Amino acid sequence: MDKVIKKHFALFALPTLLAFTLAFLIPFGMGVYLSFCKFKTVNNAKFIGINNYARAFSDSNFINALKFTALFTIVSVVTINIIAFIFAMLLTKSIKGTNGFRTVFFMPNLIGGIVLGYIWNMIINGILLPFNATITTDATYGFWGLVVLMNWQMIGYMMIIYISGIQNISPDLLEAAEIDGATIWQKLIHVTFPQIMPSITICLFLTLTNSFRLFDQNYALTAGAPGKETQMLALDIYNTFYGRVGWQGVGQAKAVVFSIIVAAIALTQLYLTRSKEVES
Amino acid sequence: MADNIKETNDIELKKAAVSENDDDATEFEVDEETLRDNSSVWKAFTEGVEKEKHQKEIKAEMDKIKMSKKKGQPMKGVDWIKFAVLMVLAILFIVPILLVLMNSFKGKLYVSNNPFELPNSESFVGIDNYIGGMQDIGFVSAFINTLIITVFSVGILVLATAMCAWYIVRVKKWYTKLMYLLFACSMIVPFQMVMYPMSYVANTIKISSIIKMFDSNFVMPEFLAQPENILNIIVMYLGFGAGLSVFMFAGFVKSVPVEIEEAAMIDGCGPIKTFFMIDLPIMKPSAITVAILNAMWIWNDYLLPTLILPNDEKSRTLPMAIQYLRGGYGSIDMAKMMAMLVLAIIPIIIFYFAAQKYIIKGVVAGAVKG
Repeated sequence: MDKVIKKHFALFALPTLLAFTLAFLIPFGMGVYLSFCKFKTVNNAKFIGINNYARAFSDSNFINALKFTALFTIVSVVTINIIAFIFAMLLTKSIKGTNGFRTVFFMPNLIGGIVLGYIWNMIINGILLPFNATITTDATYGFWGLVVLMNWQMIGYMMIIYISGIQNISPDLLEAAEIDGATIWQKLIHVTFPQIMPSITICLFLTLTNSFRLFDQNYALTAGAPGKETQMLALDIYNTFYGRVGWQGVGQAKAVVFSIIVAAIALTQLYLTRSKEVES
Repeated sequence: MADNIKETNDIELKKAAVSENDDDATEFEVDEETLRDNSSVWKAFTEGVEKEKHQKEIKAEMDKIKMSKKKGQPMKGVDWIKFAVLMVLAILFIVPILLVLMNSFKGKLYVSNNPFELPNSESFVGIDNYIGGMQDIGFVSAFINTLIITVFSVGILVLATAMCAWYIVRVKKWYTKLMYLLFACSMIVPFQMVMYPMSYVANTIKISSIIKMFDSNFVMPEFLAQPENILNIIVMYLGFGAGLSVFMFAGFVKSVPVEIEEAAMIDGCGPIKTFFMIDLPIMKPSAITVAILNAMWIWNDYLLPTLILPNDEKSRTLPMAIQYLRGGYGSIDMAKMMAMLVLAIIPIIIFYFAAQKYIIKGVVAGAVKG
């Protein structure tokens, strides 16, 4: 049968492969190469070794963006997951209107990043109005604004993944723990958490990568203001490419570093939490 | 006979449940009604009239009883506290959207100076913001562009990646394994990595000439306002979406038994017919998931269209058009912005309520497999 299907490569696999090559493989290869080049357009690239990387790491914008992104990622991952888990615990018990609540909590997740950014821009400016400030007055406002925005967007999504995890715990386990005299905390730590480890893996992965790669929300909410203090990595790379003439090579080098960090974080996290998953 | 016993058992169970909850008056009424209904059904059953039909009815009744039993459980004290907390949280979650809606009817100054005040006779401007905003950003053409791009990209993406995934799983060769690996790896690479060279590739090549290499009769569809750009962006979405979509479809195809396909082929179906008649219908649940995930991404995407489409009124997508309202630094009309945000959110909410079940399921399935 293999052989019969094999002949139809051009029809079945080629369209996707061609598009994938044009949109991803070629640009990826070019990107890696260009990160070692000086160029204004792709056609006049000159190989200059690791110079771009040196310039990237001595660029205070990049280092600042890296710090801001790391701090934002830690805070938003922790808050989103804790709050989403609490929501899930509230919702899995015998509460009326569970579906209605789920619908409401999940909805912000469908709204696009640009729209989200402007919604919260208006609200946070309104809150800061009595203090004679706007979201771009101080980087702290921008930071917490972004955290609140991200929580609003992601909590419902993570909550639903946690709910499906909690519903899969066998009631026998909890009952057995109860008979043995376990307190609510003991049950939570020794029964619930180990049992929902797969959900935790997924939620951590999604919140980590989404927070770290955030662009649209950052762009619409503060666009990096004041100065470039609330600029995250993705936005800094974008601005290096399209805002600074002669820095394209540095932008590409930053992008390579960015990719390596994202891949490293994602793989480490998957490895760490997967190893804690129990067979149920 | 077994059915009868089951039936009576259920009624007894129901009675027990009723006596438990008899403080709840309305609950009791409903239960009595169900019981009466049941007995009439039961009579008809013993009389042997339209046996099959009534069996179905009994089943439905039993389901109803089960349902009402589930729903009928009154909430206890702790549950009420939780319910109240959830209610407050739900209101907090909706408030941002209501604020946007409220401010979209207020004058420019009032949005920035009193964003939390309801519109009054002084600040109310009717639908001026909507009309002005739509003119400023060319909302109608932006909406149509986004719709065309999303529908065509998702349609082609679902079909092409389903076929590709099937091929990769069924033909076990080194190159299909390599393709699978590359697709899987592409999921983790951030867009910024390929952004700059990708926009170069997209702006250099002419997709139509590539298609003409395979099909010399190809003509640009005439209804598109800017066919070359739209074609470009569809191909880019196919390429970028391929990773996740192929990965998800491949996971599903692995669970489809080869025997079905072999049987079809013995009956004289070629691979093409086998795929479209046998596999594609089975893959429907995965296809819905893939379609929803990609539709959400493409509809809301800002960066990719910004890099590929020219930033003029007839070419922009919706997220680009909204960003365009910001204009130069500091000169942002928040009132018009609010109106445009409402218009951008409405289609999403309609889509959400129309396909809510599939969306939540699809997104969770996507997360688990991705």
